[in-house]
Amino acid sequence: MMGNPMTETTQTPDNQQTAESRREPKIDIIRVEGMHKWYGDFHVLKDLNLTVKQGERIVICGPSGSGKSTFIRCINRLEEHQQGKIVVDDVELTDDVRQIDTVRREVGMVFQHFNLFPHLTVLENCCLSPIWVRKIPRKEAEASAMEYLERVKIPDQANKYPGQLSGGQQQRVAIARALCMKPKIMLFDEPTSALDPEMIKEVLDVMVELATSGMTMICVTHEMGFAKTVADRVIFMDGGEIVEEAPPQEFFSNPREPRTQKFLQQILHN
Amino acid sequence: MAESVMKPPKKLLGPVAWMRMHLFSSWYNTLLTLVVGYLLVTSVGPTLNWLFLEADFKGSEPSDCTGAGACWLFISQRLNFFIYGFYPNELQWRVDVMYGLLALSFVPQFIENFPGRKWLGIFGMTGLPVVGYFLIPGGSFGLEAVDSAKWGGLMLTLIIAYIGIIASLPIGILLALGRRSDMPIIRGLCVVFIEVWRAVPLITVLFMASVMLPLFLPEGMNFEKLMRALIGITLWQSAYMAEVIRGGLQAIPRGQYEAADALGLGYWKKTGLIILPQALKMVIPGIVNTFIALFKDTTLVLIIGLFDILGTVQSTITDPAWQNVAVEGYVFVAFCFWVFCFGISRYSQNLERKLDTGHKT
Repeated sequence: MMGNPMTETTQTPDNQQTAESRREPKIDIIRVEGMHKWYGDFHVLKDLNLTVKQGERIVICGPSGSGKSTFIRCINRLEEHQQGKIVVDDVELTDDVRQIDTVRREVGMVFQHFNLFPHLTVLENCCLSPIWVRKIPRKEAEASAMEYLERVKIPDQANKYPGQLSGGQQQRVAIARALCMKPKIMLFDEPTSALDPEMIKEVLDVMVELATSGMTMICVTHEMGFAKTVADRVIFMDGGEIVEEAPPQEFFSNPREPRTQKFLQQILHN
Repeated sequence: MAESVMKPPKKLLGPVAWMRMHLFSSWYNTLLTLVVGYLLVTSVGPTLNWLFLEADFKGSEPSDCTGAGACWLFISQRLNFFIYGFYPNELQWRVDVMYGLLALSFVPQFIENFPGRKWLGIFGMTGLPVVGYFLIPGGSFGLEAVDSAKWGGLMLTLIIAYIGIIASLPIGILLALGRRSDMPIIRGLCVVFIEVWRAVPLITVLFMASVMLPLFLPEGMNFEKLMRALIGITLWQSAYMAEVIRGGLQAIPRGQYEAADALGLGYWKKTGLIILPQALKMVIPGIVNTFIALFKDTTLVLIIGLFDILGTVQSTITDPAWQNVAVEGYVFVAFCFWVFCFGISRYSQNLERKLDTGHKT
């Protein structure tokens, strides 16, 4: 997906400036320290360490099976880690259900396969959690949901069911649904991998817009154009380890590790 | 507009062409058509004769029946017994009220745009049993008490079926959720409960409830026979229901659970708002199938001495005053069961259509 038109259009100097100034005094919103995870005897994640500051945009890439999805799914406890420490917004993820719920309220997630609720309309999908978890009155929740639907440019689909929408529209609804909880962090798990090529741009545009607004984001994606445009750091994972971590300019122009070089060669080739 | 002009080719056939194509297309098709036609002519006519044309509707005495066709007098004369059992005549208005409320709650469900039909349905599921609990047995609010031994006929059939259906659904849901729980103790208990009850014939359950249960209960603690039968039927039915619902739960993609988790919905909200609405919708045919089976299984209470509609009819056809009315009696019972079961079935199709958002995940 190189040469995406978005790459050129959205990388304005103004953008970079705000990203620069935003970076200095922020708190560490995610801390992962010495984290390991096993599936049975299989060691999926090996000694991961990562600190994300508020407002930072991280892109994680790597070959399939490298553990990148598993990694971000640990951050909102869709997957359990067996060793090490994950602290999100000063709450440590343990077996305590209340702590898990506290973290999940602050962390929005967008999935590869959208996972919208097919029995609810778009608007109901968006309002559900604000009403039942945040206890916001229905009217207010709906008004706020409409704002987010406008932001992802599909307010006119609010009363349709997810099954009536295209993939790209569904994914934008999924982003709006996550935003309706007003999360402090957004996780994207290969948000464009299940989309038809012509729909990728509309989703990426929304993500770029979100990134420029200062949201803390961790994206697992193969969209290198997106990584170049908005990421503060690119992380390369392979075999359950973080192999390399660098700002995008450095990562793409001057990768240090042979494994990274090989990976970049492979994906930039086609 | 060229694209709007092009229409799919029409398949229109006249009646003659249709018959030639579907009934007489080859010699063996023709033969089959003739044989079936002959059977229809020879069976439908006499059946209609027996049912209506030569049947006896007028009169009040057994002797008014000519014997040429069905003796519907038998049904109309004993209808009160078939509908109310031994319920005292002067108190039957209480049963009538319940029949009325039942109809008021559920008949509008078939009528699109009936005002407040959703609330009527909710009343039918929640308020109706409460009203019935006070109205039918009496004994409170100045209502004269009527012992449950006097209940019978259609009224008893409906009470047993209704309570079995209404109570087994929530218990079945809980059992199905329990069987999929992460907690080993809860899961184990649910598995044992389901497997034990499901493996026992309903007749055995009813015998146990009416004969054995009183032996195990402490002195002085005793339920009425009907209550024991109701508990037995409900628990037995719940085990079946649980397995039907578990089928639905298993069909929900993992992504739905994950999306609900990621939004911070806890277990009960996730289950109640996301998982169950989809799972139940998926297994409506299975649930309704179980309901219909239960409705018909209620006739088994006859063996523990409760007189449901079949029981009342069966006890009447042995009445020496009426001769040879067994067929009429059974046809009447079959018709009653068909009306209710067909109604349940139609309603479920109605519901499936209404809940269909057309698309799966």
